[in-house]
Amino acid sequence: MKAAVVVFPGSNRERDIALALQRASYTRPVYVWHGETELPAGTDLVVLPGGFSHGDYLRCGAMAALSPIMDAVKAHAARGGYVLGVCNGFQILAEARLVPGVLMRNASLRFVCRDVHLKVEATDTAFTGGFKPGQVVRVPVAHAEGNYFTDDETLNRIEGEGQVAFRYCDADGAVTEAASPNGSARNIAGVFNAGRNVLGMMPHPENMTEDVVGGTDGAILFDSLAKALA
Amino acid sequence: MKARVHVTLKYGVLDPQGKAIAGALGSLGFSGVEDVRQGKYLELELAETDADKAREQVKAMCEKLLANTVIENYAIELV
Amino acid sequence: MTKITPEIVAEHGLAPDEYARVLEIMGREPSITELGIFSVMWSEHCSYKSSRLHLKKLPTTGPQVICGPGENAGVVDIGDGLAAVFKMESHNHPSYIEPYQGAATGVGGILRDVFTMGARPIAILDPLRFGSPEHPKMRHLVSGVVAGIGGYGNCMGIPNVGGECTFHAAFDGNILVNAMTVGIAQQDKIFYSAAAGVGNPVVYVGSKTGRDGIHGATMASAEFDEKSEEKRPTVQVGDPFVEKLLLEACLELMAGDAIVAIQDMGAAGLTSSSVEMASKGGVGIELIMDDVPQRETGMTAYEMMLSESQERMLMVLKPGREDQARAIFEKWGLAFAVIGKVTDTGHLVLKHKGEVVGDIPVGPLTDQSPLYDRPWERTPKRAVIDAATVKGSDDLGATLETLLGTPDLCSKRWIVEQYDHLVGGDTIVRPGGDAAVVRVRDTATKGLAMTTDCTPRYCLADPVEGGKQAVVETYRNITAVGGLPLAITDCMNFGNPQRPNIMGQFVGAIEGMAEACLALDYPVVSGNVSLYNETMGTGVQPTPAIGGVGLLEDYTRSASIRFKAAAETILLVGETAGWLGASIYLREIAGSEDGAPPPVDLAAEKRNGDFVRGLIRHGEVVTCHDVADGGLLVAVAEMALAGGIGATLSTPETEVPPHAFWFGEDQGRYLMAVPPDRVEAILDQAKAADVPVTVIGTTGGAAISVDGRHKVSMSALREAHEGWLPRYMAS
Repeated sequence: MKAAVVVFPGSNRERDIALALQRASYTRPVYVWHGETELPAGTDLVVLPGGFSHGDYLRCGAMAALSPIMDAVKAHAARGGYVLGVCNGFQILAEARLVPGVLMRNASLRFVCRDVHLKVEATDTAFTGGFKPGQVVRVPVAHAEGNYFTDDETLNRIEGEGQVAFRYCDADGAVTEAASPNGSARNIAGVFNAGRNVLGMMPHPENMTEDVVGGTDGAILFDSLAKALA
Repeated sequence: MKARVHVTLKYGVLDPQGKAIAGALGSLGFSGVEDVRQGKYLELELAETDADKAREQVKAMCEKLLANTVIENYAIELV
Repeated sequence: MTKITPEIVAEHGLAPDEYARVLEIMGREPSITELGIFSVMWSEHCSYKSSRLHLKKLPTTGPQVICGPGENAGVVDIGDGLAAVFKMESHNHPSYIEPYQGAATGVGGILRDVFTMGARPIAILDPLRFGSPEHPKMRHLVSGVVAGIGGYGNCMGIPNVGGECTFHAAFDGNILVNAMTVGIAQQDKIFYSAAAGVGNPVVYVGSKTGRDGIHGATMASAEFDEKSEEKRPTVQVGDPFVEKLLLEACLELMAGDAIVAIQDMGAAGLTSSSVEMASKGGVGIELIMDDVPQRETGMTAYEMMLSESQERMLMVLKPGREDQARAIFEKWGLAFAVIGKVTDTGHLVLKHKGEVVGDIPVGPLTDQSPLYDRPWERTPKRAVIDAATVKGSDDLGATLETLLGTPDLCSKRWIVEQYDHLVGGDTIVRPGGDAAVVRVRDTATKGLAMTTDCTPRYCLADPVEGGKQAVVETYRNITAVGGLPLAITDCMNFGNPQRPNIMGQFVGAIEGMAEACLALDYPVVSGNVSLYNETMGTGVQPTPAIGGVGLLEDYTRSASIRFKAAAETILLVGETAGWLGASIYLREIAGSEDGAPPPVDLAAEKRNGDFVRGLIRHGEVVTCHDVADGGLLVAVAEMALAGGIGATLSTPETEVPPHAFWFGEDQGRYLMAVPPDRVEAILDQAKAADVPVTVIGTTGGAAISVDGRHKVSMSALREAHEGWLPRYMAS
């Protein structure tokens, strides 16, 4: 798997995700500065990492979505190439309209960093092939703007077409309002584009890939990608 | 010339900050505030002197960056 | 030119005899800019004029110390060619005025102190002291301070892994907001502030300079016009995004060898940074003020020298390296300007619009700064309280539930969750236990343990014992996770030093700290003093906040407070005399804040600590907790709640009344939970090491019960523990 991790001014989890990819694929991802206009030849997977690109000023992800590299990322996605956006990366994907919906301020109005449980909603994709259908996993979130929002029509459509990747749930898998850290519509924590080659998600699987930091549930996502893109 | 841009959430889009502000006003004793919608205000200093051209420019800026038209409306005022 | 009147001198906070010394050094009347420079360099904040004499008593050396106090941060050897770089600072007054920005810029400042030394910050910790929860302003302050700390640190991507948060009416008018940063550097890549090399360029990088933080005293100067309100925001506004870029740009430049010296522009900005660099290097510096990157128009040299705009650095580069450095800073979108050069004059010379607006001999400016031996009174000793005379508890379970729901002992989850404590992926022991443990990158198995501690009510009762206790509590917290305590940083928050009783608190605390540091081989490597913290003319509770750092050779052998399994044996390490003076039980249950605080036995601390640490390092113990605020039963409850497993306890044979045994705050104690088959071996080892260890119970069940009679359910305890802070903040 040849992965490229895009670094924006203000990215801060690029190393975390690069290490998670490396552990899964035994290949070191390449860092690409946002000011570049081309991806490295042969890139299989583009990753937009977490952080505060451009300080989260104006709207989270809005300025990064217009970075020079984003044209290449869009072209890569249009060709069917894989793109993963985590946290701020998800916000950038949403601003770039590469995935449906927007991320609004958390319902609590506060930044929230804690472990959450996720129910895996789709296992027939390159990102999620290693999960069991309906599996409940534990990974952390760390964001102030992860409140997923879109209109009911779009929600119905993406649910119908298998574009919901993960939902917040409790430890037993019940999808309840209390289990959501941010007030997301229908507890959505991650969504695919229509082709399911682009995934945006708020939680941080990259921070849950070793027992010593609290668990390995997050590693399943990177292992799935490594297997699918081997 | 100067452009003033107001960016507000579209009606129907949840506004947790507006809701919190409304709640705070209520608890401070300001009754009768039925709804609060919060937004952004930007001041742009423009080199352009022709009002029509300036409006076109600012409109393009709003569409491209200043507002997320999926959830936000914008209004432009030139002074 | 502005005529320097006695009023202007007073407004600059200089005493008449201090101004007389200025005249003597200058041999003439200073310009307003020069006066401003003297005023900030001789302020309490920069000169430590009231505290210097006493700070000298602290031990600052040891084989582990690479750089002690005096630089931007302390540096300690952690092996593998690496060093831990750390410091703690206060931002109390700004945080009271504007809690969000005050706290945010406090975090920004301490981060800069650490990365200026060439270290990548790996953790932030922040001890907070708020006033009474009932104070009308307090909820706003808590909410703003926490959001500000989170807002800055989260954006920087530095995990916030610890701190404290307590409430007391003594802080109603003056909260304490302290922030500590720990970073990692290569030992051969540590950067210092001494300027050198006559002719070398002096370079300014970072944000542009505005009129931020130019203080009240300076507003009176005749040069300022009627629009002063709008022109001079005294609250500095932080920009964590720019700081993140500055961090990356500085570390990129530091990877090469272009830098001779570097200093961040913290309090008193360009003044203190240029003076420090010249003074440490024994050279002169000439600055062309016209070349300082400016955010506002019409700024005077005075304003530029005194501005406290954030996110700026001053560097001396090797000759000819300007372009290489410029390219890096421009790539990151930051201001870069050569604003002067190193000279051999020994003077700080400022030129603006073709004229010399300041010319001060640097040696006398720093060497002859005021030094006061302020009169002080030793704090009167308080009587020792006999536990038998203190109101007892008929139901230890109910009392425990009450205590866990008090502002000081309740869960701080509401705060911790607003800080990104996981970014970086190296947080091995998360906040909420004793010390946090953060993995050291590029080593096989090393981790750093870190914590901040202080018990202001002990320091008020007895500054010497309180100072000792603050140091040993960090020592215990680091030990309880398996770390070897290496060194500390201190943040001394006290009242007005011109009052002899306050000065006596300061002197006493230093005495106690020094004694503890010496006994534990645990030197002070950096620190900060914040005086004049007052509420309605009374000092805050004296708060020498201590930040401790320790080393784990193997982070896979660390301990945490969480009960891991049922049917394990709970062991108590250390002696219990049932000390209730100045305890939380006494305050919350008996309604008194009297009494002498628990005494600290430094030899016992070391013995017990070495014993516990040894067990953890050998993998024999993975569950451990130090016994502190609230005493034994509170500590058991914290372990139970963290693991979701209850405990059945029995009071050992003792003369101590039950309420004093379970809620007394005797020092030098730890709790451990171990599988029953290990108990005998541990008791044998303890005997050999002359460490008292007692079996007090067993883990398991959904309740905590004592002697079969007192019982409280875990759900009730959790409700009490988790409930208070969110309820308070939502009300």
